[in-house]
Amino acid sequence: MSITRRKLLVLMPAAAVAWEYVLADQPEGSPNYKTTDHWWGMLLDITKCIGCGSCVRACQLENHVPDGYYRTWVERYVVRDWGFGNIGVDSPDGGKNGFPVLADKEGKSFFVPKLCNHCADSPCTQVCPVGATFISPDGVVLVDKKYCLGCRYCIQACPYGCRFLNPETQTAEKCSLCYHRITKGLTTACCEVCPTGARQLADLKDPADPVHEFLKTHSVQVLKPHLATGAKAFYNGLDGSVR
Amino acid sequence: MNFDGFMYPNEVELQWSVLIVLYPFLTGLVAGAFILASLERVFLVEAVKPTYRLALLTALAFLIVAPLPLQLHLGHPERSFEMYLTPHRSSAMAMFGFVYLWYLMAVLVVEIWLDYRKDIVLMMQSFKGLKKCMYWTMTLGSTNISNESRRVDNRVGWLITLIGIPSAFLLHGYVGFIFGSVKANPWWSTPLMPVVFLFSAMVSGIAAVMLLYMILSKIHGREIDQRCVDTVARYLLYTFLIDFSLEMLDLIHRIYEADESFRSLDFMVHTRLYTSQVVIQIVAGTVVPIALLGITQVLRLNANVRKRLYAIAGSLTLIGIFAMRWNVVIGGQLFSKSFLGYTTYKMGFVAREGLLTAIVLTLLPLVILWVLVNLLPPWPEKNAAVVSPSTPRQLAD
Amino acid sequence: MRLMGGESAGSRLNTSMVAFRDAVHLIRLAIAFAIGLVLFFVARGLLVPKSFGEFGHYRGAALGEIAAQPISYAGHEVCEGCHDDVLPVKRVGRHARVNCESCHGPQAKHTEDPGSLVPPKLDTTVLCARCHAASHSKPMDFPQVQVAEHSSGLACDTCHQPHNPRIEAKGRK
Repeated sequence: MSITRRKLLVLMPAAAVAWEYVLADQPEGSPNYKTTDHWWGMLLDITKCIGCGSCVRACQLENHVPDGYYRTWVERYVVRDWGFGNIGVDSPDGGKNGFPVLADKEGKSFFVPKLCNHCADSPCTQVCPVGATFISPDGVVLVDKKYCLGCRYCIQACPYGCRFLNPETQTAEKCSLCYHRITKGLTTACCEVCPTGARQLADLKDPADPVHEFLKTHSVQVLKPHLATGAKAFYNGLDGSVR
Repeated sequence: MNFDGFMYPNEVELQWSVLIVLYPFLTGLVAGAFILASLERVFLVEAVKPTYRLALLTALAFLIVAPLPLQLHLGHPERSFEMYLTPHRSSAMAMFGFVYLWYLMAVLVVEIWLDYRKDIVLMMQSFKGLKKCMYWTMTLGSTNISNESRRVDNRVGWLITLIGIPSAFLLHGYVGFIFGSVKANPWWSTPLMPVVFLFSAMVSGIAAVMLLYMILSKIHGREIDQRCVDTVARYLLYTFLIDFSLEMLDLIHRIYEADESFRSLDFMVHTRLYTSQVVIQIVAGTVVPIALLGITQVLRLNANVRKRLYAIAGSLTLIGIFAMRWNVVIGGQLFSKSFLGYTTYKMGFVAREGLLTAIVLTLLPLVILWVLVNLLPPWPEKNAAVVSPSTPRQLAD
Repeated sequence: MRLMGGESAGSRLNTSMVAFRDAVHLIRLAIAFAIGLVLFFVARGLLVPKSFGEFGHYRGAALGEIAAQPISYAGHEVCEGCHDDVLPVKRVGRHARVNCESCHGPQAKHTEDPGSLVPPKLDTTVLCARCHAASHSKPMDFPQVQVAEHSSGLACDTCHQPHNPRIEAKGRK
């Protein structure tokens, strides 16, 4: 890469401004961010996921997730035929380092990235005894780790298995939709690194967000719809075998 | 990895340990012991009177210990008071904190105090030094034990017991609801859960008081009131039949409807949960005690044989009800919510949430009960200065 | 609570005085409970965090605390702010939508101190295979190869320029 001194003199302040924006000192992040202007979700495109595990690695690095626990993970499905007995799923270390090649090439196989669904009617926030986990005014289900007792009721109540107890903080933890990033105009770490665009942050309150058009033109589902959780992680091309 | 099939990566490790199994077991004993006490007080089943005070003290001993397994389980026990400061009204767990406090303070402690007040005053007058101080505190400075005041006590005590019955139902029904309301877990989620928990609590409480009465009587060299113990055993049988019917109803309903989860749960019960569910809970812990108790009702057996059968049935019952709690709590975490896999429970021994801790916490209430029995003797004849508590009751209407 | 009449015959005043004396211990009990209740509310007023309930049943300040977490991935827009020589190469190739940190890892620290915290050179043999190693599970339309056959052990960037991987005369290193 070649950078002339002249270019550097011009670019450094620009980068500095961008970085200042990123580092914005107010606890609320950018002073232009109003929680009531947003209602966050995520679009996951099964037809595009290649199971590279970049999202899992990036999430771990961005959010300091301890080994053996997962704020997001990727599952590989192998469906040999109709029927429960013909479904095989694996997720080696959450898919963090990709997946070993399958010897058997029978049936169809695909990857399903999973994360907190940031449910609008979330069963996990319903059961928290003290209000340590809650849905923010902009639709992100968060955990207040200074208030959490570590009773683990929320972990039991989540139908999707996306919560865990952080062994270091002894509090419940899960995907925060990179709240510290999205409130500053950035996208989540997992979406940032996804090479195929299988993961895309969606702002349901923003009329210009491509999610609205996408939802109107594709077959989209949520996980476990019978539980009526109001899940906001929308899956395109989700097979009926996916649990 | 110690799991079979597929589990969501965060599901492999169990969240709720043997301490969370112990907790409903202990609160169940409280509720059951109290219901037995109320049999005499409210439903006037006079035959069980000899167990009245013992049942109350048993309830208190277990209720004092009940929060300990919870505190030891929490990631931040020092924050547990938050449940009282900012309780989340939609959370059964938060509301339970108040039910517990209400039951402990407004029902159990008040009822024990009212019943024992005369004895406390007399003991205060007959002891010296630290003991005198302790009893004086318990009197709240009031030494009026006239017949009129005792009549007031009895009236209020009757009212407290009356309120106490639904409170006891609430105490343990809530625990059942904590599990029964979790739609994410099909092993737990059923409207029958609070009812099953409550009836199994009553069974365990009655069995526990029956056993303790027989054991303590033996230790104190007192004769066991046969009519009392026969009546308690009969109530144990009736409650057990209801409990068993409810559990069978749940099972039959599951098998019949065979929803999405059934395949996975059925497999779990036949494999990882077989010993604790079928062998210990159902056969040894329910069918055998019901059969033994049934035999005592149908055949004419002599008193000693009956007492032996009650002791065996009671012990098996307690084991069976503990197994039931185990099967609900641990069983509910052994299968994956994807219905595609199973994990194992690795219970430590000398660990914060290990088996040793559970054993200590189970024995601790017995130690506390011992202290309570010495402090507030359920058999006042032991202390010559104290008159039998039954007298004032007979004066009331 | 209806009390039985007192034994002593006499005026109504006597009866109620007897009643009061016999119930005074209950009043003491009630007072003890009332004191407990007051203490509870005092403690509650002192201990509940000030921002609790601001937006819902949770500590309002938590939103700000969570949003203040430090950032590890700077985001491709920041990278493009300086590295404007890479951008035109990448923008027209198949990796146009593959963001910088997807391969280069989190570089927020690098943007703080670009001179000294330089990201290491990547090992393409490992890196590229993660996405492009052929797998029956990957979508059919995704470019994938049997790595060993395809490269015979050579590093991928021997032939491909990662920013624009198509092998053309211009794209060659």
